Amino acid sequence: MKKALTSFIVAFSFLILSLPSFGQNTPPPEGGILPKISLPVPGAEGYRKYLGLKAGSSFLVPQIKAKVVLIEIFSMYCPHCQKDAPVVNDLYSRIMNDGDLRDNIKLIGIGVGNSDFEVDFFRKTYDIKFPMFSDAEFSIHKVLGEVRTPYFIAVKINLNGTHKVVYSKLGGVGDPDEFLKKIKNFAGLK
Amino acid sequence: MIQNIIRRFIPIIALALISVPAFALSDAYKNNIYNPGELKPVDSTLKVKVGEPVPDFTLPAISGEKISLSQFKGKKNVVLSFVPAAWTPVCSDQWPGYNLARSFFEENDAILLGITVDSIPTLYAWTNQMGKLWFPVLSDFWPHGEVAGIYGILRPEGVTERALFVIDKEGILRYANVADINKRPELGALVKEMKKLK
Repeated sequence: MKKALTSFIVAFSFLILSLPSFGQNTPPPEGGILPKISLPVPGAEGYRKYLGLKAGSSFLVPQIKAKVVLIEIFSMYCPHCQKDAPVVNDLYSRIMNDGDLRDNIKLIGIGVGNSDFEVDFFRKTYDIKFPMFSDAEFSIHKVLGEVRTPYFIAVKINLNGTHKVVYSKLGGVGDPDEFLKKIKNFAGLK
Repeated sequence: MIQNIIRRFIPIIALALISVPAFALSDAYKNNIYNPGELKPVDSTLKVKVGEPVPDFTLPAISGEKISLSQFKGKKNVVLSFVPAAWTPVCSDQWPGYNLARSFFEENDAILLGITVDSIPTLYAWTNQMGKLWFPVLSDFWPHGEVAGIYGILRPEGVTERALFVIDKEGILRYANVADINKRPELGALVKEMKKLK
């Protein structure tokens, strides 16, 4: 019985010691792997088609049908995200209007600490066309190292299903042309 | 015995896991935000009641004017947003969201008054990082937290609770939400309450 008690105390101590890391993940490093982020499959067929997903309950980012997935970490409450929203829309339009990029670079947004209502309000306010997801309980935000917003992550998806983070930086888009050039360059797209 | 000990520890583990504060900080504030850490969710006793008239007050705004609650009587519904302190994580998020959500207030014939116990110069510098706010920001700095005290939302450490009050055109309190100070109240819930004013 004493042995069992000792084991429990040791296990408990380990758990407590590991708690600080619970909220202290680091942002995904360039060259590394994206942490496992599970998102709900969008109900809207247009979004499913854009992401190349079949109807279902959830999906992982590398399952998106694209060579590069660009993830915008934003918050409806963030002044810089609000200011940057039209620029991100511009970036999305440039991708969609380019025959070579349209099917290869897909854009999604994750509203950290935002409810569905708040994400929907942000989307409607800025007439955002790409799929946006809510992370009301900050669970994705924690996994991504509690980055400040806006934050962009580009994930290169290989044909064999593996993936690599090729861009992971704090800040907005800036010049959409330059930003796109950078993403294409990092991802090895022509 | 061991089962009893384990049973005692489980709530502690659960509490430790859920008490990690969560917030998403905008890059607008760079490294200028002070994180007070996890605070007691609510630490005061509300003195106003839903369905009853709320006490009037007059406070200075960062625009230089003085604003009284009573000046909106018969004209506008009023939403009071008390936030605990300038330059702290959750508070720095909340008002930029309300700034974007102006249409919800206007659709419901409501004005928003943002209030903290910080001084006017502090509020001026802080809210400048949020962009141009459409609603008045008031200082309950001196006598320190007097209005917050009257409403029953002044905490022992001298800051206010994170509280929302919806007051109708007759000056009657229709909704009071003294939220967990560590969390931002969800916008949809406030919009729902404002819609009830119609």
